[in-house]
Amino acid sequence: MAITLSGSDTIPAPPLSSRLTTQQVWGILLLAPYLLVFLAFVVYPVCYGLYLARDPQNYVALYNDPIFARAAVNTLIFLVIGINVKMLIALFLSGFFAQQRPWIKWLSVIFILPWAVPSIPTILSVRFMLNPEWGMINHYIFALTGDDGPNWLNDPTVALTMAIGVHIWKSLPFWTLILLTGRLAIPHDLYEASEVDGANPWQKFRFITWPSMQTLYVTCTLLSMIWTLGDFNSVYLLTGGGPADLTHVLSTLGIRYLRLDQLSLAMASIVVAMPLVLPLVYFMMKRLSR
Amino acid sequence: MKLPTLREVGTEAKLLLIGIPVFIWTMVPIYHMFLFAISPKEDAFSGKLWPDHPTLHNFHIVFYQEHYFLRDFWIQFWNSTVIALAAGALTLFIATAAAFSISRLRVPGGRWVMNLALFTYFIPAAFLAVPMYRTMGNYGLLNNHWSLILAMVTIASPYAIWVLKQASDKLPVELDEAAVMDGATTLQLFRLVYVPLMMPSLVAIGTYAVLLAWNEYLYAFLLLSKDTNLTLPVALGNFLAADDSPWELLMTTGFIYALPPAAIYYAFKRYMVGGLTAGAVKS
Repeated sequence: MAITLSGSDTIPAPPLSSRLTTQQVWGILLLAPYLLVFLAFVVYPVCYGLYLARDPQNYVALYNDPIFARAAVNTLIFLVIGINVKMLIALFLSGFFAQQRPWIKWLSVIFILPWAVPSIPTILSVRFMLNPEWGMINHYIFALTGDDGPNWLNDPTVALTMAIGVHIWKSLPFWTLILLTGRLAIPHDLYEASEVDGANPWQKFRFITWPSMQTLYVTCTLLSMIWTLGDFNSVYLLTGGGPADLTHVLSTLGIRYLRLDQLSLAMASIVVAMPLVLPLVYFMMKRLSR
Repeated sequence: MKLPTLREVGTEAKLLLIGIPVFIWTMVPIYHMFLFAISPKEDAFSGKLWPDHPTLHNFHIVFYQEHYFLRDFWIQFWNSTVIALAAGALTLFIATAAAFSISRLRVPGGRWVMNLALFTYFIPAAFLAVPMYRTMGNYGLLNNHWSLILAMVTIASPYAIWVLKQASDKLPVELDEAAVMDGATTLQLFRLVYVPLMMPSLVAIGTYAVLLAWNEYLYAFLLLSKDTNLTLPVALGNFLAADDSPWELLMTTGFIYALPPAAIYYAFKRYMVGGLTAGAVKS
């Protein structure tokens, strides 16, 4: 894999000679455990996976598989809608949580719960809520309107929307917190000065908040994109990829092929995501290794 | 006490208008889970917001393993605990050693290793799962707890090394120099100077790795398959296999499973927020 993309200015290792100091020997010894893990569980699997996916026939098969095409489209929808909605709400809520009120402080402690608890039980909880016959939601729809509620997870569009909702529910607190940190770092006198000048809330946001948070917001969006691409739980545990395999995304599709014992297809489906993933990874590494 | 002005009341109302939906949105799935956990079976499906006869009977059934789906509850709880702690300890050891080596000893090629680690961190774990599954098969580790422990260490280490390296870069070099002047060996430097100074970050990283492993579903469900080998999240997922799965018991088990990580998160929150969120995104 394109490890060279990392753009590192590597220090060429000097030839192992007797000039190695004890300190350097210790340095190598202490780095060895990680290098071993890296070789055994990253390098070897990745190379082996690429070897399995080498046959161009796999990509033809993938191209001809309607489930793959659907999963690719779903992934794009999931990314575009999921991330933008999530980040915009997070940006808005970071402003809300920046207000100094005791009750807002308490709310922020509760607000972090979705992030702090494991996703499996909560996603299953949502799944039960959405059950058409016994679920809480349809129970109330029936009680209020006398009509049967929709069969939530049986319609691919609705089911995918619900999966995006679960994803947002889970990760919104984290991003709100990050953006809140960015917001609190803006010097307060900027706002005071603008108040003297008679700026309205929108102008304060437009000319003070946004310019200071722009970079952070973009970084968060890109990082969130990588993590959202790898979000297996929200889709798999809510819809299982159904109905009729119409709600798969790339991360669940690979596992589906794996379960069907089509390992080379599974690998191929991951390889085709790389043109999207690698530039993002490259960008993030540039940001973080400064 | 002076009366609030009309404008202040208006601001407060607007804030409440945001705060109340946020509270409801956050709590609904969690409350729903809790509601099922304290409801007897007949109340669970009645759609009431509070059961007529709240009960702890579901917890009794889970703790005494009195249901087909729960016959291995305690051993699965134990598996989850062991795997989480082992992955945490191993990650901590590997990452601390690597960060010390890269940041303090300035090992040749250290920066390069750091970049490789970061690269791994940014590859979504769900994508690495497919080749990892096959690799564990080749190593003969499938259905062995070590496969999950090692997979979790692989996923947790890169971020751990990165955070620890950032933290160690901030320690003054003079400390090391002084210790070396006093005749400290490299190991003594590590044990007596470095580790004590790094404690807050080590706590944060240890917690991070333990929670990551405890919460992991995908790798656990790929790598482990025998009932008595499973971790709790996989056992929870297996409830779905049956059409008549007992929801109230599933939610009770899920509630029990969610408690330890939530408690740990809140207990270590000050480390987590300072040590981790700041590291996650550096603008």
